[in-house]
Amino acid sequence: MARAKQAAKTGGSPAETVESLSKDQLLGFYRDMLLIRRFEERAGQLYGMGLIGGFCHLYIGQEAIAVGVQSIQEKGDQVITAYRDHGHMLACGMDPQEVMAELTGRAGGSSKGKGGSMHMFSREANFYGGHGIVGAPAPLGTGLALANRYRDNGKVAFTYFGDGAANQGQVYESFNMAALWKLPVVYLIENNQYAMGTSLERSSSETHMYKRGASFRIPGEEVDGMDVLAVRDAAKRAAAHARSGEGPFILEMKTYRYRGHSMSDPAKYRTREEVDEVRKTRDPIEHLREQLERDGVADEATLKGIDAEVKRIVADAAEFARTSPEPDLSELYTEVYVEAAQ
Amino acid sequence: MTDILMPALSPTMEEGTLAKWHVKVGDTVASGDVIAEIETDKATMEVEAVDEGVIEELLVEAGAEGVKVNAPIARLSGGTTPAKSAPAADEPKAAKAEASGDPEKTSPAEAKAEQPDGDGPAAVRPKEALADPDIPEGAKLVKTTVRDALRDAMAEEMRRDDTVFLMGEEVAQYQGAYKVSRGLLEEFGERRVIDTPITEHGFAGLGVGAAMAGLKPIVEFMTWNFAMQAIDHIINSAAKTHYMSGGQITTPMVFRGPNGAASRVAAQHSQDYAAWYAHVPGLKVIAPYDAADAKGLLKAAIRDPNPVVFLEHEMLYGQEFDVPEGDDYVLPIGLAKVRRTGADVTITAYSRMVGLALKAAEELAGEGIEAEVVDLRTIRPLDHDTIVDSVKKTHRLVTVEEGWGPMGVGAEVIARVIEHAFDYLDAPPARVCQEDVPLPYAANLEAASLPSVEKIVKAAKAVCYRS
Ligand SMILES: Cc1ncc(C[n+]2csc(CCOP(=O)(O)OP(=O)(O)O)c2C)c(N)n1
Ligand SMILES: [Mg+2]
Repeated sequence: MARAKQAAKTGGSPAETVESLSKDQLLGFYRDMLLIRRFEERAGQLYGMGLIGGFCHLYIGQEAIAVGVQSIQEKGDQVITAYRDHGHMLACGMDPQEVMAELTGRAGGSSKGKGGSMHMFSREANFYGGHGIVGAPAPLGTGLALANRYRDNGKVAFTYFGDGAANQGQVYESFNMAALWKLPVVYLIENNQYAMGTSLERSSSETHMYKRGASFRIPGEEVDGMDVLAVRDAAKRAAAHARSGEGPFILEMKTYRYRGHSMSDPAKYRTREEVDEVRKTRDPIEHLREQLERDGVADEATLKGIDAEVKRIVADAAEFARTSPEPDLSELYTEVYVEAAQ
Repeated sequence: MTDILMPALSPTMEEGTLAKWHVKVGDTVASGDVIAEIETDKATMEVEAVDEGVIEELLVEAGAEGVKVNAPIARLSGGTTPAKSAPAADEPKAAKAEASGDPEKTSPAEAKAEQPDGDGPAAVRPKEALADPDIPEGAKLVKTTVRDALRDAMAEEMRRDDTVFLMGEEVAQYQGAYKVSRGLLEEFGERRVIDTPITEHGFAGLGVGAAMAGLKPIVEFMTWNFAMQAIDHIINSAAKTHYMSGGQITTPMVFRGPNGAASRVAAQHSQDYAAWYAHVPGLKVIAPYDAADAKGLLKAAIRDPNPVVFLEHEMLYGQEFDVPEGDDYVLPIGLAKVRRTGADVTITAYSRMVGLALKAAEELAGEGIEAEVVDLRTIRPLDHDTIVDSVKKTHRLVTVEEGWGPMGVGAEVIARVIEHAFDYLDAPPARVCQEDVPLPYAANLEAASLPSVEKIVKAAKAVCYRS
């Protein structure tokens, strides 16, 4: 039995550098993060126009996490998260048109318009949702890992939840079982420092989320979630640990959400300066862009080309989401139950 | 050139005040720049530019009120192509102020002895007849939103009794996720208005423990959907302890928050829990419609020595109704209210559905059918005397609820009527309820799934054998 490691505060010194990754990989990270950013901006716009209803939680500011972790996943690994899910779905490779059309509640959406922003899934991309209930992804993701262990298939369940969700009891019930049974799960706590209007300090007696597994002997690390290479590096190690049969691993991704909690949040609990400071000094996309230019990986023209490509994809997605028809009324009654095979 | 449109800041927002411009004509803006501030009844928000360009024209003056969502507020030059106008998205509108028909309560009919009581639940009305307190002659009626009426009820009871306190997510500093607890932190301080972490099972349990020790907690759930995390403590700890302890331990407390479908928040966030909790002995369950009932019944719930489940409705929070002035307006728990009298058909409803039922009654009147609308107000104990008395007069019954039909509130109402007024029925009763599916997100499917005025009218005509 492998000894559980102490919760360790590492990060900050990624083993990989710009040099050790291929140009295509680096440009891919840039493109994927930019796609999420522009997609979310457009979603916010469509919400303002009344084309998207209900709640809509944007991922702007947190893009490096989904993209960095996705970049080290193996085929068949699973992903599950809460309602701030659009970025994860795009990172998983889901079609932006289908995701946007789900946001507008149209027949072309990934759940045919029946799920909406908070409830999207893709069997094909091994994306298990999209859950509206805070804390729910923790045991569900642990269950995905149980299935992996049961089948002994070498796959890892990447299980995301927020700093606020980390206070739900079911998270610790999951930690205990995952460690006890050495389940192949990586818990990614996206610590954006707020749960709605409540800052971490006001909700948590232990604000270092990476230590939250200590009493279950789950190792944890703090990671700069605004640096896609640091995210990638930490995720690689955590996944290797889980995949090799040593059990769960916790990564605390330090990040920040630029927008309000959802579209209807006045965000009076933090100052404009605080937000601007992060945008100016820690923005994950700007950060990578500078790195790429500085290290001569890409010139301005290449990056502009990517910008244009992303803009087009997002415009197409928005157009599709506007013009896709509403679901047929008969859809109301279908899929409540699975039809039993005869 | 691109029009900047008035954004919707919440699912239920239809218009707002453009409080302030942060830019002027000629300014260059980039995506993410704050260009204006908007106020709604809930909040003030900053508006960020989505496109980049130069402000060509401000179309709405700072301070303008009632600016409709999607109305152009400014014009931007350069940047991207103008957004194509949206096809009719069939957004279900937030309920417009629903008429509060408030006729005098009809006195229960005298004739009631001949019907033998069935074996079903006995009348739960206590010996002394319950009645709403008379509003004193000349008492001032103040237009109050349901939101403020709930806040006033809590504030008044907290002033009166130091053991009453409020606990829940975002109730203090944020002033409530739906601004129901606005101002309470300022008045009562951190000891009595407590922000919790997101841990419903935990803080609901803490609330029950504090109640066992003699305090009177008001536990707010951000919405009742999240109380499913805590349902074990509501039922196993709060509802049963008095009985299990042979009467030694009580749990005097209120669990409250918005219940039912808001707008487009889909399956996991849109559920009516009235039937769920009304199933449980030991709990009282209240679901008010207007502001006066919200206030009078919440005050009663806080004073009640039992655990009370108090179901509010987000779509009603912003609606205004008359509320008698003063801090002693307390209503009896367990009494339905006849909101409109009529001789042809009885329609029972609670919470937001009362507004729909009243509108349906108006439409039916236009076609010569006089409906009697009974607002249940309390789901447990259910005031079946008032329902049964009404059906004995009208001989026909339609029940309305926002939740699912099977094993629901309507099913129980009908069972009581069959037990106590079987011979009076001239037609099989009908239920109007949510379609038997998880609530879908798409606008058209959502509308098709929920009860509507149209569906109520149709059901009422059907039980009257009219088409
Ligand atoms: C069980 C439950 N309680 C409350 C809510 C309401 N709610 C939705 S998001 C949220 C804040 C969660 O914050 P965090 O976990 O930090 O995630 P973030 O929004 O920052 O991504 C709350 C309280 C909910 N959806 N589910
Ligand atoms: Mg958070």
